[in-house]
Amino acid sequence: MKLKENLENYVFVLPAVTIFFVFYIIPFIWVFQLGLFEWDGISFTKVFVGLQNFKEIFLQDKNWWQSVRNAGYITLIALTLQNILAFMLAWACDRQIRMKNFYRMIFFIPPVLSEVVVGMVWRFIINDIEGANVINRALVQLGFSNLAHNWLSDLKTALTTVAVVHCWKGFGWGFLIFLAGLQTIPRELYEAARIDGANSWQAFKKITVPLMVPVIVLVAILTVLGTMQVFALITSLVGGEFAGHTSVPVLRIFYSMLRSSRFGYACAQGVTFGMMLIIISFIQYRFSKKDQPR
Amino acid sequence: MFFRYVLLGIFVLFSALGCSGQKVVSKPSVTIWHWMTDRDAAFQELAKKYETLTGVKVNFELYAPSDAYAQKIRAAAQGTNLPDVFGILGEKRDFAAFIKADHILDLTPYMEVNNAAWKNSFFPKALAVNEFTVGNSYGISSGVYGVPVDILTIQMVYNKKLFSQLGLDPNQPPKTLDEFLQIGPKIQAAGLQGLVSGWGEVWMIDCLANDYAFNIMGKDKVLATIKGEIAYTDPDWIKVFTVFKQMQESGILAKGLVTMINKSAEQLFANEKAVFAFNGSWCVNVYQGMNPSLEYAAMLPPQVSDKYPMSIWGGAGSSFMVNARSKNKDEAVKFLIWLTDQDQQAYLSKATNNLPANKNSLAKIPEVLAQFARGMDYATHPNVWGVSEFSTVIEAFDRGIQSIVIGEKTPGEVAAEVQEIKDRELAKKRVK
Repeated sequence: MKLKENLENYVFVLPAVTIFFVFYIIPFIWVFQLGLFEWDGISFTKVFVGLQNFKEIFLQDKNWWQSVRNAGYITLIALTLQNILAFMLAWACDRQIRMKNFYRMIFFIPPVLSEVVVGMVWRFIINDIEGANVINRALVQLGFSNLAHNWLSDLKTALTTVAVVHCWKGFGWGFLIFLAGLQTIPRELYEAARIDGANSWQAFKKITVPLMVPVIVLVAILTVLGTMQVFALITSLVGGEFAGHTSVPVLRIFYSMLRSSRFGYACAQGVTFGMMLIIISFIQYRFSKKDQPR
Repeated sequence: MFFRYVLLGIFVLFSALGCSGQKVVSKPSVTIWHWMTDRDAAFQELAKKYETLTGVKVNFELYAPSDAYAQKIRAAAQGTNLPDVFGILGEKRDFAAFIKADHILDLTPYMEVNNAAWKNSFFPKALAVNEFTVGNSYGISSGVYGVPVDILTIQMVYNKKLFSQLGLDPNQPPKTLDEFLQIGPKIQAAGLQGLVSGWGEVWMIDCLANDYAFNIMGKDKVLATIKGEIAYTDPDWIKVFTVFKQMQESGILAKGLVTMINKSAEQLFANEKAVFAFNGSWCVNVYQGMNPSLEYAAMLPPQVSDKYPMSIWGGAGSSFMVNARSKNKDEAVKFLIWLTDQDQQAYLSKATNNLPANKNSLAKIPEVLAQFARGMDYATHPNVWGVSEFSTVIEAFDRGIQSIVIGEKTPGEVAAEVQEIKDRELAKKRVK
């Protein structure tokens, strides 16, 4: 009887497992397998090179690790600046303020725009010779003319500028998820806290933050996964790698495939990058489990 | 009951259609994939004309942008479902890989008929890009494997009006690097931009650097470097890198050049904000669309040395290849012969402001386009050198020049870095 029940359960999940296996597991295995070959992506013959591609990635490819560092930097800014901003705005909109629905709509516009469009628009806003030069004009008006310069083609500011534009585009997602999370916190908890004499900051610290931990972890994981894979925004904003200062892993994979015709190597880069993201997400998940109240 | 009648009705209908006495003979058709947004309307027009003339339907299918097209072609090659005719975007080694995988028909027999009339109608340099010579390093049987549809040269252009404003003679562009560099301070004083180009997309940097390499050390030494016989740390290569440093220091380069995409560069030049541009002959069409009253002329990059002539990249702009597995390959070849005939080439040139591949169609083209055409005398291209540089070395080379332009690295440092990668690739090759 129990066997029959078990079988029934398996039958129910079988379609989902099959789809997952066919569209996720098999391609991943196939990409890993291709990573063991030297292949130009056109010929029918591939040369088996074992783990040579992976060895090259780990031991020789400085450009790859520079791109990982760049993506890590953008992710760090997104995790802090973008998510703190998203959390604070969600918190503000969760309270009784006027026009909160209007704010919700406004904050959600950037995420629905295409990365290419966002890149082009910001390029126009920032750039001083081919665009409106808004940032520099504002700086001059505010008396900071010494700070005005070409933000996108200065090696000191290019990556940070990309990161800030990425945050502008991405914070709407975090805002929505944080807002949904905040709305699930029972209002009675705040009322009880107020009766007990807690002020707003204490209520925020003792009620909002602890109950929002699972949501914060979810947003953090999504931010890491989304930001590490940033690509189109960089291409449209700075035209490419800018002497390596704005290169990111997906751009490297793309160049390995199309510019260098090294499909096998690109697959190995893809697998390496995928494994890195899985490990980061797993670590984040474990930490969140550890911090959560039982 | 009703459902059964419906089923029976469908069965009878299909049976009746199946018993039709007339066999439908489908007209031959040729499918062509391309990425050339600016030429699509002209291609469609020619396809209509060809169908009227011959009854053969030609379907031009546009897939843009070019990166997406390049991916599509590779995916189709892996699935052996390439169209009858297609173009390849990439280097000669990619072209060779397609041939090795039997995706491309050898057109030599078609080119040679009627005393090689078809072959002789093309500019030799345009055809050379599509040709593999005897004993080529790619291991491909010698022959012609592609049909050039148009040609291009990549040169500099300068704004005549801005030249006059700067107190320069609009009919005397700078011929030497020194003359060129001396204009830099004047441009800065006038609040204009100097040279604009798509250097964010890097390959144009490679193109200009190669021009200077040919001018400074000559073709043989450049090819010897690619073969690994000369190091990139050689003084002549340092000179090539130094040209970019000198340009940056003189103020002749536009601000933000290293992150500039070519479309932005074209807008800046067309809007008369920049004095010089480094661009391909396709720019004539682009500038025409952006600013029809723009007064400009083409010029060769100002030379550093008079020991060797200045060379520029040029040859076939875009080419079409015939799918060797296509059932319609004969129809495809016939169409390509017609497409590259004098009249059709003249029409394409007029409609798109591109240089025709057929040398007999050059009679009536605008003056600026003719200047670009004259550049064919100085044209060369990596695809005709017979040897290819490692892609990792090209990447390090281009990134290195970007670093020089932003003042991050010196020419010597870049040369050493490029050579380090070259040595690594050569070592890998030896192991194989």
